[in-house]
Amino acid sequence: MKQLLILSGKGGTGKTTVAGAMIRLSQVRACADCDVDAPNLHLIMKYEGEGIRSDYFGLPKAFINENVCTMCGLCSEMCRFNAVDVNEKTTVNQFACEGCGLCEAICPVDAIEMRATVAGDLRLFDDIEKGVFSTAQLRMGNGTSGLLVTQVKNQLKKAAADAEFAIIDGSPGIGCPVIASMTGADTVLVVTEPSMSGFSDMTRILDTAKGLRAETAVCVNKADLNPEITDRIRTYCKERKVPYVGEIPYDPLAVKAVNDGLTIADVNCPAGDAVREIFEKVMKIFEGGRK
Amino acid sequence: MKIAVLSGKGGTGKTMVSVNLATVAAPSVYVDCDVEEPNGHLYLKPENVEREAVEVLIPRSNPDKCNGCTECVRFCRFNALAYTLDRLKVFPEMCHSCGGCKVICPQKAITEFPRTVGYVESGQSGDIKIHTGIMNIGEVAGIPIIDRLSEKIPEAGNVFVDCPPGSSCSVMESIKDADFCVLVSEPTVFGAHNLNMVAELVRTFEKPFGVILNKDIGGERNPSEEYCLKNNIDIIGRIPFDRKLGLLSSEARIAVAEDSHFKKLFSEILDNIKEAAQ
Repeated sequence: MKQLLILSGKGGTGKTTVAGAMIRLSQVRACADCDVDAPNLHLIMKYEGEGIRSDYFGLPKAFINENVCTMCGLCSEMCRFNAVDVNEKTTVNQFACEGCGLCEAICPVDAIEMRATVAGDLRLFDDIEKGVFSTAQLRMGNGTSGLLVTQVKNQLKKAAADAEFAIIDGSPGIGCPVIASMTGADTVLVVTEPSMSGFSDMTRILDTAKGLRAETAVCVNKADLNPEITDRIRTYCKERKVPYVGEIPYDPLAVKAVNDGLTIADVNCPAGDAVREIFEKVMKIFEGGRK
Repeated sequence: MKIAVLSGKGGTGKTMVSVNLATVAAPSVYVDCDVEEPNGHLYLKPENVEREAVEVLIPRSNPDKCNGCTECVRFCRFNALAYTLDRLKVFPEMCHSCGGCKVICPQKAITEFPRTVGYVESGQSGDIKIHTGIMNIGEVAGIPIIDRLSEKIPEAGNVFVDCPPGSSCSVMESIKDADFCVLVSEPTVFGAHNLNMVAELVRTFEKPFGVILNKDIGGERNPSEEYCLKNNIDIIGRIPFDRKLGLLSSEARIAVAEDSHFKKLFSEILDNIKEAAQ
């Protein structure tokens, strides 16, 4: 399954808006939302029902058996994450515990057990007409988003095994979930915006993607809000030989479409027209394969 | 007072709000915890910047002592260790620096050495002290950098902590010391959906909080506002969609320093925050 991944570096540049439109235009049979911290693609995908839900287990957490614990404090002393407190009793801060299991290994009286805990929900939608959509929500305060991203992609590949390609909406930033989503991607489309922040973050995500086999391309959303910075982004891409696939204007109708639960390809609007042109160019790169 | 600015969804205007509030509140301290994509420094342009490396400890095995028992490999839940070709291989990006392998090695063959994962840059811009966390490209976790930033936060004074998007561990780490949380939202169903998640996070940590409705388009539906009204959440500010504010911010310029209209707007929001925080 070939994968087209949408990323941005900076948040809020329009990843999901563009991904939603591309899914419509391509009529792809497999799509996923890998922004497990703040998933939104489902809001405009309009799948019926709740989908098939399954638990996501992150790393296990430490639990103290109070009947056995002698409050010696060794676990608290050895824990590098300051997750264990020994006061009137020994307690584990479940948010601070990273699940390394050192306390369990060193407890002199075997009072500690590592237990699997639910760290998120996976959902899978399978619709005869629309195809398969895989998404997930990490529970707040959890730190294993990369692993969940991998599971979102795995359940997609399994359920849509015969789909030739997939479109995947990624997360902002350059860290754990982004790197996990990049694994296996054939083409990465970076959606940026004409601001100093958007520009700076785009350079960081392009640098992060450098080591990959995937081809990268850039488009600018809300391009007319600052034409000068849009020019600079275009020049930067030209110098770095990163394909520059187009510009989407700021369009209040795009906001309205999203709030009506539609993609910008579903309505007649300037942003929708622009995304159609970008789609054609991206698909050419995508079909051309890896670099 | 320590004020954390967060959002759930990215791109709602956390950094724009943080730097403008820090400017109207000056003398103040601005701390950028969005270590994957730090942008506040682009606005505040700190001078006399001092840079310190943030290091984590990574294991290394002494091949003379290691007998290949692989206890460490079986212990490591982060898959950071493998035993191949008669030696221990370490995958530094996977390691959480728990130190467990060193403790449990029966041969005492493991030592730890520091590895740089990012930087903290500290500088000054007028009356504003700026601390920026920067994660190195290719790293996966910014928590050690956020930890170092929280050591920089002074006990007194007006402190503004610009948080990463989302509601993950790094956001939790960023709001740890906050007295009040400001949630910045935009008028879309995306914004409202993610606002719900981050509101749950600040409630869990029992932080007082209020919402700023950014990019508010008068007369149009605002799903974030609807969410606040429905859930009895304080709206502590409204920033109307304004091409001028958008343009200034896109160029990383501080609106309150250039336009008295924005200075008034953000001063009022700051007053509301102070009142709500009491």
